[in-house]
Amino acid sequence: MLLEFPWLSLIIWLPIIGGIAVIASGEQNLELTKRIALAYAILTFVVSLVLWFGFDATTAEMQFVERSAWLPALGVEYHLGIDGISMPLILLTTFIGIFVIIAGWDVINYRPSHYMAAFLIMEGIMVGVFSALDAILFYFFWEAMLIPMFIIIGVWGGPNRVYATIKFFLYTFFGSVFMLVALIYLYFQTGSFDILGFHAAPLGLSAQILIFIAFLLAFAVKVPMFPVHTWLPDAHVEAPTGGSVILAAIMLKIGGYGFLRFSLPITPDASAALDWLIIAMSLIAVIYIGLVALVQKDMKKLIAYSSIAHMGFVTLGFFIIFAIFQRAETAGAVMGIEGGMVQMISHGFISGALFLCVGVLYDRMHTREISAYGGVINRMPWFGAFVVFFAMANAGLPGTSGFVGELMVILAAFQADFWFAFLAATTLVLAAAFTLWLVKRVIFGEVGNEQVAKLEDLNRRETLNLGVLAAATLAIGLWPKPLIDVMEPTIEQLVQQVQVSKLPSAIAVDDAPVAGLQP
Amino acid sequence: METVYLTIVLAPLIGAIIAGFFGGKIGRVGAHSVTILGVGIATLLSLWVLSRFIWHDEQAFNGTVYTWMVADGIRFEIGFLVDRLTALMMAVVTFVSLMVHIYTIGYMADDAHNWPEDSRVGTNSYQRFFSYISLFTFSMLMLVMSNNFLQLFFGWEAVGLVSYLLIGFYTVRESAISANLKAFLVNRVGDFGFILGIAAVVMYFGSLDYAEVFAQAPALADTQVAVLGGVSLMTLICILLFIGAMGKSAQMPLHVWLPDSMEGPTPISALIHAATMVTAGVFMVARMSPLYELSTTALSFVLVIGAVTAFFMGLVGLVQNDIKRVVAYSTLSQLGYMIAALGASAYAAGIFHLMTHAFFKALLFLAAGSVIIAMHHDQDIRNMGGLKRYMPITWITALLGSLALIAFPGFSGFFSKDAIIEAVGHSHIGGAGLAHLLLTLGAFVTALYSFRLYFLVFHGEPRMDHHTRSHLHETPWVVTIPLIALAIPSVFIGWYAIEPLLVQNWLGDAITVKPEQDTLHHLAAHWHGQREFIRHGMQAAPFWLSMAGLVLAAYYWSYVLQRNPKIDVELQQRGGWLTHLLEDKYGFDDFNQRVFAGGSQRIGRFLWKSSDQRMIDGAVVNGSARAVGWLAGVVRHLQTGMLYHYAFAMILGLVVLLTLFVTL
Repeated sequence: MLLEFPWLSLIIWLPIIGGIAVIASGEQNLELTKRIALAYAILTFVVSLVLWFGFDATTAEMQFVERSAWLPALGVEYHLGIDGISMPLILLTTFIGIFVIIAGWDVINYRPSHYMAAFLIMEGIMVGVFSALDAILFYFFWEAMLIPMFIIIGVWGGPNRVYATIKFFLYTFFGSVFMLVALIYLYFQTGSFDILGFHAAPLGLSAQILIFIAFLLAFAVKVPMFPVHTWLPDAHVEAPTGGSVILAAIMLKIGGYGFLRFSLPITPDASAALDWLIIAMSLIAVIYIGLVALVQKDMKKLIAYSSIAHMGFVTLGFFIIFAIFQRAETAGAVMGIEGGMVQMISHGFISGALFLCVGVLYDRMHTREISAYGGVINRMPWFGAFVVFFAMANAGLPGTSGFVGELMVILAAFQADFWFAFLAATTLVLAAAFTLWLVKRVIFGEVGNEQVAKLEDLNRRETLNLGVLAAATLAIGLWPKPLIDVMEPTIEQLVQQVQVSKLPSAIAVDDAPVAGLQP
Repeated sequence: METVYLTIVLAPLIGAIIAGFFGGKIGRVGAHSVTILGVGIATLLSLWVLSRFIWHDEQAFNGTVYTWMVADGIRFEIGFLVDRLTALMMAVVTFVSLMVHIYTIGYMADDAHNWPEDSRVGTNSYQRFFSYISLFTFSMLMLVMSNNFLQLFFGWEAVGLVSYLLIGFYTVRESAISANLKAFLVNRVGDFGFILGIAAVVMYFGSLDYAEVFAQAPALADTQVAVLGGVSLMTLICILLFIGAMGKSAQMPLHVWLPDSMEGPTPISALIHAATMVTAGVFMVARMSPLYELSTTALSFVLVIGAVTAFFMGLVGLVQNDIKRVVAYSTLSQLGYMIAALGASAYAAGIFHLMTHAFFKALLFLAAGSVIIAMHHDQDIRNMGGLKRYMPITWITALLGSLALIAFPGFSGFFSKDAIIEAVGHSHIGGAGLAHLLLTLGAFVTALYSFRLYFLVFHGEPRMDHHTRSHLHETPWVVTIPLIALAIPSVFIGWYAIEPLLVQNWLGDAITVKPEQDTLHHLAAHWHGQREFIRHGMQAAPFWLSMAGLVLAAYYWSYVLQRNPKIDVELQQRGGWLTHLLEDKYGFDDFNQRVFAGGSQRIGRFLWKSSDQRMIDGAVVNGSARAVGWLAGVVRHLQTGMLYHYAFAMILGLVVLLTLFVTL
């Protein structure tokens, strides 16, 4: 009976209502406004825990399903549900949602109520993206997500925010239009916008390839994958701390989620045919972006590039499975996808925390230039300890969550090809190099200058923020089993699903180029 | 027993947590008490466990503590395997660690002087240091007690982390924070191979559990892998794992980090960079003997790398003037001996030398630290001399340690090193001849650099300034007690341990050796007691080379030095190009700096500027932005504002695309 309650709707709309309430409360009593915002964020997280505890980890079926007609004339439904892939991501969203509110507590002076509201609304929309099972509903949330993000960067962003927002917009807009076309095409094929229906739709190879590319454009931009990654460093640099945290911790994951929810199950044959492309893009992300990260002069840019490199592991884990199938093997496939998933969750904590750390420094010094710092630990020992901890996690140190996903993806990659694993494992050196070199220049050393000499250590709010994220990073690093267990049935089913070809017959492949496209 | 083992591991961890997080509250005495209590409990229990194995024939324990995760049908677990090999390692690690803990009370007593006055990280540095060394003890125990590859890697990286934190302990010193970055990255290069080796194990064995993997290994001995034109699976796995060992145990060419690691305070040079962590590679290969025995290619590789390191790193030790760096190069060289023993399938001899070395090298480092304290942190041996008059305990213990190091007959190092050289002499795998030659010549080099150091520090006229000299005195009891406690096993442990370890095969099932590759059975077959072993050893080349080195050192740095105080410099000048080569440390550092550090930055900068900024952003993105801008200009008189612009473009795009799709 408890499970009959529309929990997902509550988790989507609660923060959105909260956002409206925060705007309504106005700017007169700022303390109250902030408290309302925080209360809504915490409440949303607490409610979302129902998903974790009520989740049946023995089945791959959709759970907490809500389904009602929305636009019956078009076959569009209000259809929500979660499985082992979306549930952890929703929890990540509601969890991180609390920290961005706290991170903006004292430092946002321009219209703080609107700032908090934007984040709350954003949070609800992102939960919507992860739980939508209707393609139009998904697309609605997907596009809606851009608006608060656009506002967050455009209003509270840095000096070059106009360039960054336009770039951000162009990129994501470019990607999503193609996705919409693919979704509409799939509607004509199946007669509904039901995503699970799309999964079952038989499709010819060339249709699959076109659809796959359309999805790829949308998701690759979001992840972001090389070569469509250049918006991310600019967006991060201009975004306020909270914006960077949401961007890195959650928005990037929507791209990865898209691959699992759309690309793999809807176009398995195209995914298999084009796996080399994704694998190549992922490995380039690990190595090329790793080297680019090494030479960054701006802390946020460095962490942004680091994010791209780490997300390369996610896409590698997802698509390595096809290289495994080509060896007539299946061992390692589940591991690869699970590794990618764990990497996404872990990256949410670690990159979120690293951006918060940069925020801590930026709030005090108003610069992100690495060369403007040096010897920060002399003034801020607790902060230094946190930075070293998260840096080690970013470098994939065992015992932190950063290790779990990397290990799983490397193990899976080895099953596919020694050289994939070899190239992927270079991250052990590269990630350590760019992260720890940053730590050396910013945190260690003698006090760099007068401004650094005046720094004060973390306040209680900042300590709480970083402490909780550190605990989460450690918890998953020391005991990832519960997280893996909730994902396993769903991912096993997904792996079985993508192994079954959707091609009607061998003949259909031959005349597919035109025939497959006719609605 | 599981409770005992858990206690051994967790006691140091709890000490570390208390000292680390509550160091300010519990104060210095609280911090060192709680960590020494934790490590003390671990030491007592470890010795008790060892005694159970020695006298009560305790059976090996193999059990899971908890399941880390289960993914894709593979179980990842945290668990303990405690057999005789582990029990021995636990005893060595905890004992040396306890000595170092006690010693640290004296060494770090006035650590506040090492920090700038206004540095907040300098407050509680004493407590933090204790927290780190206890955390290290925990990590090292996790490593040696593991029963699977996952936890092995966990411990492997955890000791690397603590090493990083301790080398860079003085975060305000540029040299320290460069050294710790270097150490971590070079170790990561090793771990890169290590994790690929683990991945190969998972792929072909479907398990991470030692027992399961070792049981399946013989069946997979002939498997070929299509990598690099086809190699045997065992060779691939063993070499990949060994690359990890090369990083951790500082074998050429991944040795470059260890000399720089001397930037860390001396107690950790003794504990981490001499006695325990750097021997993790030796332990690992011994633990994996069921795999290594199946690939003579890998064994040859191990043997040659070890022997080359043993000889050539010893040579570099000759031209060093920093007391700790001499001992550090000596450590590199001795690690080479251990690794070479493993390559010759004489795993027990490698472990034996690991144990004797742990005692006498920890002793030498702590003695060096004692000298450094007395010298007010001047580490240059050219400024020392005549210290035996002022520091009798340090002097005697350092002499005993040096004699053990150069394998003076009867001392512990004699038994372990002679056994290694003899075993390598009996080996017939590729490279064994070269290895035997290098290890034999190494005996001469070892004696030469060891006694150069000894004479320059303890004998002759004092060369320090008047101020330092007037303050010279023996260090406090917290420093000298560990020296004495370590000197005892440095002298005697060899005598007592050689028979069970090498003759009676005490390690038993913990080590697997193929009969045709067994190089230690000659020793066992011709065993007539320790006296006979010494007599036999004194007729062999290594002994005479070692004595020649000792005499030569005594001649130059004691006899000639009295007449000509500049002899050390003159000798180095006489070395000519050889001295240059050695002072450059064969150019490894320059090469790495230029090619790897510089090269990756140049490539990174090139990719960033030319590809990211010029091609992707410059041409593609901003090009289309300009195109849209132009389009927007056209439609601007319809409406203004970003959202309309967006919506309009979207609809326009949709129409175009749908038309395309439908008409195609």
